[in-house]
Amino acid sequence: MLGKLSWAAIPFDQPIPLASGAVVGLVIIGVLAWITLKGWLPYLWQGWITSVDHKRIGIMYMLLALVMLLRGFTDAIMMRSQQALAFHSGGYLPPEHYDQIFSAHGTLMIFFVAMPFVIGLMNLVMPLQLGIRDVAFPTLNSVSFWLTATGALLVNVSLVVGEFARTGWLPFPPLSEITYSPGVGVDYYLWSLQISGVGTVLTGVNFVTTVLKIHAPGMTYLRMPVFCWTTLAANLLIVAAFPILTATLAMLLLDRYLGFHFFTNEAGGNMMMFMNLIWAWGHPEVYILILPAFGVFSEVISTFSGKPLFGYRSMVMATMAICLLSFTVWLHHFFTMGAGADVNAIFGITSAIIAVPTGVKIFNWLFTMYGGRLVYSQSLLWSIGFMVTFVIGGMTGVLLAVPPADFVLHNSLFLVAHFHNVIIGGVLFGAFAGYTFWFPKAFGFRLHEGLGKAAFWCWIIGFYVAFMPLYVLGLMGMTRRMQHYDVPAWHPWLLVAACGAVIILAGIILQIAQLVVSIRRREELRDRTGDPWNGRSLEWATSSPPPPFNFAVLPRVEGRDAYWTMKQRARQQTKPGAEPSYTDIEMPRNSATGFICAFFATFLGFALIWHIWWMAIVAAVGAYATFVVFAWRDRTEYIIPAEEVARIDRANRSARGEAFLPMEATP
Amino acid sequence: MSNSEWERDPLYPDSAPGEETFLGQDDAEAVGSYFIGLGLATLLTIVSFFIAISGTTLVWGPSIPVALLVLAIAQMGVHLVFFLNITTGPDNVNNVMALAFGVLIVLLLLAGSLWIMANMNHNMMPMDQIMQMQR
Amino acid sequence: MSAFEAAAGRGDLQRVGHDGEPWEHRYTAHHAAGGLLSKRIVVGYGFWIFLLSDIIMFSAFFATYAVLVGATAGGPSGRELFNLNNVAIETACLLLSSFTCGIASIGARMQRGTWFYGAMTATGILGAAFLFIEVHEFMGMVARGAGPTRSAFLSAFFTLVGCHGLHVTAGMLWLLTMMAQVFAKGYRADILRRVLCFGLFWHTLDIIWVAIFTVVYLMGVWQ
Repeated sequence: MLGKLSWAAIPFDQPIPLASGAVVGLVIIGVLAWITLKGWLPYLWQGWITSVDHKRIGIMYMLLALVMLLRGFTDAIMMRSQQALAFHSGGYLPPEHYDQIFSAHGTLMIFFVAMPFVIGLMNLVMPLQLGIRDVAFPTLNSVSFWLTATGALLVNVSLVVGEFARTGWLPFPPLSEITYSPGVGVDYYLWSLQISGVGTVLTGVNFVTTVLKIHAPGMTYLRMPVFCWTTLAANLLIVAAFPILTATLAMLLLDRYLGFHFFTNEAGGNMMMFMNLIWAWGHPEVYILILPAFGVFSEVISTFSGKPLFGYRSMVMATMAICLLSFTVWLHHFFTMGAGADVNAIFGITSAIIAVPTGVKIFNWLFTMYGGRLVYSQSLLWSIGFMVTFVIGGMTGVLLAVPPADFVLHNSLFLVAHFHNVIIGGVLFGAFAGYTFWFPKAFGFRLHEGLGKAAFWCWIIGFYVAFMPLYVLGLMGMTRRMQHYDVPAWHPWLLVAACGAVIILAGIILQIAQLVVSIRRREELRDRTGDPWNGRSLEWATSSPPPPFNFAVLPRVEGRDAYWTMKQRARQQTKPGAEPSYTDIEMPRNSATGFICAFFATFLGFALIWHIWWMAIVAAVGAYATFVVFAWRDRTEYIIPAEEVARIDRANRSARGEAFLPMEATP
Repeated sequence: MSNSEWERDPLYPDSAPGEETFLGQDDAEAVGSYFIGLGLATLLTIVSFFIAISGTTLVWGPSIPVALLVLAIAQMGVHLVFFLNITTGPDNVNNVMALAFGVLIVLLLLAGSLWIMANMNHNMMPMDQIMQMQR
Repeated sequence: MSAFEAAAGRGDLQRVGHDGEPWEHRYTAHHAAGGLLSKRIVVGYGFWIFLLSDIIMFSAFFATYAVLVGATAGGPSGRELFNLNNVAIETACLLLSSFTCGIASIGARMQRGTWFYGAMTATGILGAAFLFIEVHEFMGMVARGAGPTRSAFLSAFFTLVGCHGLHVTAGMLWLLTMMAQVFAKGYRADILRRVLCFGLFWHTLDIIWVAIFTVVYLMGVWQ
């Protein structure tokens, strides 16, 4: 009846997951009860859960990312403390448990923290920067978000019902085959990623179409902000790379469920092909993560330097070059697997070449800052911290790209230090820079500066204290993912690394405090004009938060840094622009399709994991039926009357006071 | 809807991919395009089957896989041009660029994987042969 | 969010101009390249991008097949298993169905029911014939002990060709849905956009089949 599911799936005999599961369960029930008692459910359903507004969906993505960051970081603290303790001892985490922790840490951080964060930023900001009302396919956007949330939910359910994979964040066969991983852990991983992978590919399609086909009048490709170019490049990579992940995980699923022989030891399976394919996805994946972060830095640095971005065209070319080159380097993740010197040499050279466009970007950012009037806001601090940290991480990457060096350092802590260096220094710092930069646009009030800067210093100091020792340990020969060890020379370094993790914890606590304090003090931090940073691009031309339709009248764009040009002209004319002529605006209706589809997808995933076949069929039919019902609807839009548009816009224009801009698009 | 209502505004030069009629083409020409495509594709298919099966001496034996690939690519081109109306006109630039990107990725993935795995298999003895050696 | 419910919208989110109606010049700039485009173009392009992602997924299966084609584990190889007569019939079915699908698209554009329903029915019958032959082939192979669990080669074969077959099956469901929607709602603009996407999908499946019959069947049998 219930497949492999039974009471034994709940870890009654393991105190740590049981306790943490209980705590999280209580928190969730508490939050739900609070929401219900306050009567917020109808508002949440109407305004957020069924919303197809890109701004709301973007915020929900980032909320998911931040919550998952807490779980992923908890895993990290557990790993650091285990390694600090486990010298000539077993530590406090048995190997079966430790293995699940490092696997969950990697899976969550990449798929459910970094990806949702950058996708959320692109969702929130890109349509505003392009001067349009929404993305190309708003309901699809909602579906993508809810499917991603389903994936995150499944991974978290594995904590209390069953187990998670023990294979690391990429499930290499034959360990991940059914013979050697007979439990449900790998299945949780696989179905969670397949479901959220569908959502991600749909996002890729959505954003590529939006950037290439929908702009405000006058916004040619070479007038788009660089963040939109990096959005385009990252989403082209999503469209190109994620199908490879889908295919590869599907083959592993076929091996596990139906006894196929793609990657098995017997009957001709070739597990090296798994590595080949998964890294053909995996390398573009890290560029999917970093390119939007590069875009964030371009925006933040030019805004807080008071100058246009240096070398716009070379930035665009570098971005598209990285996009293409990222598909030519993937073998550097398995130099040691035995392809031979010829193959290794070619991929080593391509891996070195791909560092060049990134170097171009770094120089452009530096030249943007040079000669500018710098405002050292918290967003700029994150950007400067990024430049220093990412360059170090990038250099260690180029070092690893040399095959003979990699033969010594592959899968050592040197590698772990390198990728955390670039992911934390690049993606996470970029996410935080974007978070602090665009928070006022999303919510209408700024984040507290002092707490933000304190958090930044804790993060950057903590990062160096936590990860520089790992470089040393890697050179001393320590392998990754060790549950215990006996080498005395390693112990002091691991203690230092654990201290670094605690410093980062302080940074996270400060960020939580920042959010709480900012919400409480939101009136003094209020952004009344919509342009708190004297911005350069179009998202600052509308109010904070923007009205549902973004712009009352689509702005007419005449050059790069479109909003900056408008402001300059308004100042020259020393008068506000004339009021535009307002017309009715059609907006897409809310839709519960995304949420309901994800509801069925959750049960589909859970049923497939536990081999509950009847439930899987019912859920699959339900998901398909949701889709058909959506396709059958007749009314897809609603109209905001011109008077309402005028009322909202007049309020915004008067709030802007002196900072008037000519916003009409009339020729 | 008659074809005139689909006339392109000169400021907005793009065509959707798969649009059955392009500027100035009427319905009879559109149908004709499908007939030509069908004919060419059938011809290419018959030639492929013939080369592969009949053991003919018209094509040098060892080059047959290459010939088959070329014929397949030609037939894909026929489909793209006559059925999907992907042309090289300025109204199709975005569609062609997207296709070119996809084709590039496919080529990198196929060529890269085949080259890498050929080298790996050569250097690493397959598992079943190792197992046999241990019996 | 206040309640702005009103009469049904005319299907134009971005105020980008309406299919077949005069452009809203107020929202356009005479000197804009990359300006506003019709919804049909946006939807068509988006689906085109999705199809490219699907093609890349197929190429991952192709790459795996090419790597594993020799891994027969002492079992049967393609030469012993493939029946090229069936493959020829399947190819003919799919190619003809691509043609009839094109006729159906034209019929939808011209809003001629006989063309549309007739050609879609023909497409459906040809697609069903293709699937019937393919399923028959698979069942035959399984019965002879050459199922996907026999060897890596067979796993790769069944997955690659089966994935294509699943796509054809999904296409058949879509075909029936399109016919039902046109019947129920007429030749509305959004339904015509879906017919455009269906046409793209069906033609792409035939393109992939060209690769399959060449690489899997013809090269498998040639010696």
